Amino acid sequence: MVHIKRLQESGADIIAVIGEIDASSSIELDLAIAKSVGEGFKRILVDCHALEYISSAGLGVFMSYIEEFKDKNVTMVLYGMKEKVMNTFTILGLADLLLIRADRQEAKQLANELSV
Amino acid sequence: MLKTKALIRFTFLGATIAWLVLVFSDVTILFSDIKGLKPDIPLWLPRVMLDLYVICLYYYYKLKIEQDESLNFTDLLWKVFATGLVATVISLAIRFVLYLLGNTKFVSNTLFGDIIYQINLALLISFLLAAFTSWKRLILYQKSKWLIRIWLAFEFGLLLVLVYDSINIVLSEAVSATLNVLLGVIAIVLSANMKWVAYLNFKQKWTSLLLLILIFFYLAYFFYTVTRQSAIISEQSTAFVDFSGHIFNLSLFAFVLTYSIFSFLVITFNLPTSSVFEQKLEEVINFQRISQSIQTEQNEESVYNILLESSVSSVFADAAWLEIQGAGNLPRLFTYRIDEQEARAIRDHLKSNNVKGVLDQGSDKTKNLSRHMSAMRGSRYRSVLAFPISVKGETIGTLALLKELPDGFNKEMTRIVSAFANQAGISIENFRLMEEAFQNARYKEELKIAKTVQQSLLPTKLEQDKDFEISAFSASADEVGGDYYDTLRINDHLVALIIADVSGKGTTAAFHMSQMKGIFHSLAQQHLDPKEFMQRANQALVYCLERGSFISASYFIIDSAEKKIRYSRAGHCPVLYLRAGSKESSYLKDKGAALGMVRSKDYCNYVEANEFGYAPGDTMVLYTDGITEAKDSKGEEFGNERLAEALNEVAGASAKEIEDNIIKRLYEFSGTKNINDDYTSMTVKFHG
Repeated sequence: MVHIKRLQESGADIIAVIGEIDASSSIELDLAIAKSVGEGFKRILVDCHALEYISSAGLGVFMSYIEEFKDKNVTMVLYGMKEKVMNTFTILGLADLLLIRADRQEAKQLANELSV
Repeated sequence: MLKTKALIRFTFLGATIAWLVLVFSDVTILFSDIKGLKPDIPLWLPRVMLDLYVICLYYYYKLKIEQDESLNFTDLLWKVFATGLVATVISLAIRFVLYLLGNTKFVSNTLFGDIIYQINLALLISFLLAAFTSWKRLILYQKSKWLIRIWLAFEFGLLLVLVYDSINIVLSEAVSATLNVLLGVIAIVLSANMKWVAYLNFKQKWTSLLLLILIFFYLAYFFYTVTRQSAIISEQSTAFVDFSGHIFNLSLFAFVLTYSIFSFLVITFNLPTSSVFEQKLEEVINFQRISQSIQTEQNEESVYNILLESSVSSVFADAAWLEIQGAGNLPRLFTYRIDEQEARAIRDHLKSNNVKGVLDQGSDKTKNLSRHMSAMRGSRYRSVLAFPISVKGETIGTLALLKELPDGFNKEMTRIVSAFANQAGISIENFRLMEEAFQNARYKEELKIAKTVQQSLLPTKLEQDKDFEISAFSASADEVGGDYYDTLRINDHLVALIIADVSGKGTTAAFHMSQMKGIFHSLAQQHLDPKEFMQRANQALVYCLERGSFISASYFIIDSAEKKIRYSRAGHCPVLYLRAGSKESSYLKDKGAALGMVRSKDYCNYVEANEFGYAPGDTMVLYTDGITEAKDSKGEEFGNERLAEALNEVAGASAKEIEDNIIKRLYEFSGTKNINDDYTSMTVKFHG
C-alpha cells in the first residue's frame, strides 16, 4: 500500500511517497507523476523519506520517465531515500540514471540549477 | 403408452357390448311383458349389463381424462362440454328423425320407444361420467390426505348404490335415507373444493362460465328427455325400471349438477378480483425473470431492461428510465417508452427545482415526487416515482417511473417496485460477482499457461566441465515471475552463463523471458565480450519491452583454459563469490544499468565488463532478488549477509550441497513453504 501526497513549493512540485510500492501501487505513483507533468511543472521533487520498499515495477515507473523528461526539459530529483531503498536503485543501475540527493535542500538546489 | 391405448379401446368395447346386451335383453323382457309371456332371459340381466356399462365407461374416462397430464382446467371443462355436445347432437338427431317420421304406429310402439330411451340413457350416463371424472380432477387439484380419503369414500358409496340398484334387496326407509344424506353431505363437502378457480385468468374464467352454461343446458335437456320417455314406457309396462328408480343415475346427476352450480357461482364471484390475482402472478413471474436473468448468459444490460419492463408493467406506469453508475463511473441511461432527451429534461427539471433526494445517487429513500412534476411544462408526465438501486449497500443507480396521471402511484405500487429494485440490486451484484469469478478463472488459466511456458524455458541440463560443476534451482510463486538462467558452451574451453530477472509478472513476464532466452542463445554463440553482449541485448530489447519494463541480467564467460571469468552485470543482484584461499566471500558490485533502462546507444556508458581469475575450491553463487528479499514473519529480509553465511557454512561442499544449504536456510528463515516471489539460484563450484 502506498500513500502519495503532493504539495507545491516555490514553483516545484513535491511528491511525497509514503509506504511500499509494488506492482499494483506503482500505478498510483505513475498517475501522480503524470499529473504533475500534465500540470506543467518543470521541477519535480520526489520525497522518499517514508518510502519503505520499492519493487521492480515501481522502479520501472521512474525509469519510464527518463526519456520523456529529457525531451520536455523537466528535472526530477529524488531525495531522502533510506539506505535499503537506495540500494535497490543502485543495484539496478538507476542511481546513475536518476538524480538522487540526500535531502530536500540539496534536491531543491539541484533542480533550480538544472532548470535554469 | 401402448398399454393405455389398448385399455382405452378395451373398456370402450366392453361398454359397447354391455350396452348392446342391455338393449337386447331389455327389449326382450319388455316384449314378453306386453305380450304377457314369461321371458326366456333372467330379469336381472339388463340391470347387471347397465352396471357393467357404467363400470366400463367409468374406466374408459378414467384412462382418457384422469391420466392425461397435459389437460388444464379449461381443457377439462372443454372435454365435458364436447362429450355433452356429441351426446346432445345424437339425441337431437334422433328426435329430428322421429319428427320426420311423424306419428306413425311404428314410432308409438313401446319397444321402439324403449330403444330410443336406452340410447338417450346411455348418452346421458356417458356425459355424466365424463363430467364426474373431470370434476374429480378439479376437486383433487390441491389434494390432501383427507380429501383423497373422502373422495374414495364417495366413489365407494356410489359403487354401493350401483350394486344396490341392481339387486332386489329393499333396505328400510330410515337406513336408505341415512345413506342418502351421508352421500349428499360428502358430495357437498367435495364440491367446496374450488381452488382451481383461482388459477384461471380473466379470459379463462369467461370461457369456463360459457362452457358451464352449456353443460347446464345439456343436463336439463337430458333430464327432461329421459324422465319423459321413461314415464311413457313405464305407463305401458310394469317390468320397466323407471329412470327415477335408478338411485345411482340420480346421485351421479345430482353430484355433477351440484359441482357445476358451485363452480359457476364461484367463478362468477371471482371474476371482478381475477385481475388482481393475475397481477400478483405476473409480479411473481417478473421476480423470477429478474433473478433468473443472470443465470442465462445474459449481460447486465438485459437485467436492467427486464427490471424496467417488469416494474412498468407491475404498476401500470407509462414510461421509465434507469440511470446506472457503470464501470468507469460513467452514468448510463436506459430508457423505456421514453427517449433519452426527455428523460434528461425531466431529470434536469427536478435538479433545477432543487428537489432533494430524487435522482441524486446518495439518497437511499424511495420517494414519490408527483407534486414536483406539475410545475414542469411541455412534459406529458405528471407523476414520478424514484427508487435507488444498491449493490453491497452502495447506491449504483436510480430507477424512475413516470405516469401521465397526477398522483398516479399508490403505496402498494411503491412497495412492489421497491421490491423489484432490491431484487435487481441482488441480481446485478450476483452478476458482477459471477463476472469477477469468470475473470479470475480466466486469469488463473492464463497464469497456468504462463507458468508452463516459463518452466519450459529453463534448461533441463546445465553445461558441466572438468574445471567446474554447476547446479541450479528455481521455485516459482503462484504468480508467475520472470526468472531465467541458462548455460551455453561457446567452444571447448569457454562456457557462457546467464541469470536474469524480468520486471513484472504474469504472461508478459514469461513472454519477455522467452525473448531473453532467444537473445542469449543467439548472442552467446558469437563469442562476444560481456559488455558487447549487454549492449546488443539492450539494443534488441529496446524494441520489445514496453514502457516501464526492464530486465536485469548478469552474464559470465568462464574460460577454463586461462582460468578466468569475464563478466558483466546489468542491474542484476551482485554475484556472491567465495575465494577458497582466503575463505572470504564478497559481492561483485560493478556498475551496470538493467537492460531496457536506457533506450539509446548511450547504454554503453552505463555498463562495464570485468574479469578475475578463479582457483580450485572457489564458489560463485548467482541468484535473483527473490532470495535476498524473502521475508520472515516479522517482515525482515533474508538479505545478503544471511546468504553469504549460508554459503560459508558449507564452503567446501559440492555445488549441489551448497545450493541445498542455501535453500534450507532460506525456508527456515521464511518459516513457510508459500513463497511470494520466485527463488532462483545457480551455484558454480570450481575444481580446476
